Amino acid sequence: MADILLDVRGLVKTFGALRATDNVYLDIRAGETHAIIGPNGAGKTTLIGQLAGNIRPDAGGIHFDGEDITGLGASARARKGLARSFQITSIYREFTALDNVALAVQAHAGHSFRFWRPASKESTLRDPARTILHDLGLGDRADVQAANLAHGEQRQLEIAMVLATRPRMLLLDEPVAGMGVDESQRMVEFLSTLKGRQTIILVEHDMDAVFTLADRISVLVYGQVIASGTPEEIRANPEVRRAYLGEEAEA
Amino acid sequence: MLTRIRTIALVLGLASLAALPPVALALDEPFYIDLFRRFMIFAIAAVSLNLILGYGGMVSFGHAAYLGIGGYAVGILAYYGIDNGFLQWGVAIGASALVALVIGAVSIRTSGIYFIMITLAFTQMLYFLGISVEEYGGDDGMSLLTLSQFGEWLDLSDATTFYYLVLAILIAFMYIVHRLVNSRFGMVIRAAKSNEVRTRAIGFSPYPYKLVAFMIAGAMCGLAGALLVNHTAYLTPDFMHWTRSGEIMFMVILGGVGTTAGPLVGTVALLLLEDTLSAWTTHWQLFLGIFLVLVVLFAKRGLAGLLPGGKRNG
Amino acid sequence: MNFLVVLEQILNGLQFGVMLFLMAAGLTLVFGIMNLVNLAHGSLYMVGAYLATAAYQWTGSFPLAVVLALAGTLIVGMLVEVVTLRTLYERDHLDQVLATFGLILFFNELIAIIWGRSALYTSLPRYLEGHVELLSGLNYPVYRLLIIFVGLAVAGLLWYVVTRTRLGMLIRAGASNRTMVAALGVNIRLLYTIVFGFGAALAGLAGLLAGPIYTAQPGMGELILIQVFVVIVIGGIGSIRGALFGAVLVGMVDTLGRAFLKPMLATVISLEAAQTAGPALASMLIYVLMAVVLAIRPEGLFPSRG
Repeated sequence: MADILLDVRGLVKTFGALRATDNVYLDIRAGETHAIIGPNGAGKTTLIGQLAGNIRPDAGGIHFDGEDITGLGASARARKGLARSFQITSIYREFTALDNVALAVQAHAGHSFRFWRPASKESTLRDPARTILHDLGLGDRADVQAANLAHGEQRQLEIAMVLATRPRMLLLDEPVAGMGVDESQRMVEFLSTLKGRQTIILVEHDMDAVFTLADRISVLVYGQVIASGTPEEIRANPEVRRAYLGEEAEA
Repeated sequence: MLTRIRTIALVLGLASLAALPPVALALDEPFYIDLFRRFMIFAIAAVSLNLILGYGGMVSFGHAAYLGIGGYAVGILAYYGIDNGFLQWGVAIGASALVALVIGAVSIRTSGIYFIMITLAFTQMLYFLGISVEEYGGDDGMSLLTLSQFGEWLDLSDATTFYYLVLAILIAFMYIVHRLVNSRFGMVIRAAKSNEVRTRAIGFSPYPYKLVAFMIAGAMCGLAGALLVNHTAYLTPDFMHWTRSGEIMFMVILGGVGTTAGPLVGTVALLLLEDTLSAWTTHWQLFLGIFLVLVVLFAKRGLAGLLPGGKRNG
Repeated sequence: MNFLVVLEQILNGLQFGVMLFLMAAGLTLVFGIMNLVNLAHGSLYMVGAYLATAAYQWTGSFPLAVVLALAGTLIVGMLVEVVTLRTLYERDHLDQVLATFGLILFFNELIAIIWGRSALYTSLPRYLEGHVELLSGLNYPVYRLLIIFVGLAVAGLLWYVVTRTRLGMLIRAGASNRTMVAALGVNIRLLYTIVFGFGAALAGLAGLLAGPIYTAQPGMGELILIQVFVVIVIGGIGSIRGALFGAVLVGMVDTLGRAFLKPMLATVISLEAAQTAGPALASMLIYVLMAVVLAIRPEGLFPSRG
């Protein structure tokens, strides 16, 4: 059991009468890419929000590397190495791409009560940021204001910021949503280079991406995990097929 | 480079301010020294507000509180016969920072409209405190019988000396704010303004940084208060009147938030407009009000937006 | 300090509280539904006070003056909404604060131009001038009782409108989901103008009731406005229930503090010190209350959902 990095026990979150998260158990092993799939409204984003510390669960606990982090807020969890991307791209739109990533580096480079020296002249912040941008193929876009980047580039930038925090686990909420075919293919390729080196929770609608990347998959329906297993097991699971067919019939 | 045009404009502006006293004296119009000294004192207050409002996104509607704290620190010490300027101004800065710490500690836990209303309410509290303490003049205020004394160093009763001191402090504060907002510290408060959720998600806790910024702004404005009471040689609770807070805020917006020169430009523009209107009609506030509404509706980025090199995104 | 004196001050506190409520209700509705910070809400209060005074002098009939003043503030409010505030709903709070600050300057000066800067005293019709004996030894002004009654009646009416009527349903839905309401075919612009006018009329009502007690004066609106902010911060923004609770609490604390803090202090410290500290502390009391509430519950006591 030593290799379980994130252990979710009996998580519950209700909004009024809606049980968005209904007694969820998950264990994420170190180094695996674990996809969470499910029809719209299954509670995937609510679950991610609770894992990242943006939403407080009503019951249950979350343990990260053996430590109970249920009571910690988002910034404290980020400092422990849980880094998330958002379904709707969340970046600093009026800063340059490089500033965005350098800020993420700065967040993990000790306290920021340094009042005088321009942060833009600090190579300990800028150099790692440049390297990460380069890795994501944004090297020559470093000085462009983030708002002026293409939509796909903005999504890549957010992943770059997440990586710049040197996370021990990534929580990616639909990283290829809204991307063109080429862009999304590049993103999947990039994420596959992280496989094995990073522990990743991947919430995604794009089944190609999921089956390419995931080591294991958990299926969330009406806030409950109805199945967990390897991609082959999930593909063969009749309950999963029913849940998805049900969704298609409604649509 | 468009930013170079702005830098040149700023340097030219400051150079004109530096050249003003000899010109005014040569033209036998010393009144202008007094006028622009007042402008610059308010510009210092606006520069300090710009740090938290323009760069930190903290819409403080109570910045006049620190003008009052700074003013009363000097006034009360002078009332008890302590007229050492270093001590007075030090107390003004320290007391303002302390009050900012208390107000900030409560208000920065909230955001948006709560923050606006709370900062306004606390300043109103200090205003009423000023009114109800009869010992220091209450509603009527009190005179500052002796100006702050700096021994052989400076003589504030000399209009030109005082003028250049204010100018030096203004330039120093503009430079300090410029350095602050580009440092690691400044990047955190700007990041929190730009996207608070993202800022937490990468691991920052913005609260202590915002609080320190709030204290620094309060301390700077406290010094402006100490200057103001020496300028007017009179002190009333009106230093802290809520309309004063609104004016300082408008100075920052008018000049363009989050720019180095914005607060200075906005202050001079607003006060010149006020002086012109009030010389023309006693009902000048009617027109000022209309002007304010029009600026908000139609000139979103303030006067700085009219200069080349402004940011494209408001 | 006997029981009757305390009771009288409690009634005064309640009267001040319902006044704050009339202001807070409109402000919190407008904020909750349109997400608009309206500093000029105090100006509408002032407009109500002046219109009532003028209309009373002109017609000689107090009830008629009340009706005219209410209609007047309703119209002024809707005009202000259509001409300026409508375009500010999508802007950030900073823009809203500045524009409505401009409106305050405008209205204060406009009133000064029309009626002058000095305070305007309003007389009451004879039938509202007297006192009633509530208990033996406690005579209380009829007019203040009337204010309490009107305030509580409005609170009940608001509760009914917001929770039980179609308009209230639209208001609540509009607060949580603009596009949904628009999709239902409701003219959301018109709805907003009506809600704003309604809030303005409430402020006008507070103002016209206040006129005879506190005198009408340019700038009168802002004094009460900032206290109303305290009410809303304590009660929770967007909540009518919070506004009522906060208003009565603030009204009581402020009134009782001003009445009894000095004599109470005098029993602990010297009379002379209490003479100085009493009024100073009393004037700070509601702000301290606000700080305490915020320290415990940053969202206020009754945070509204959504």
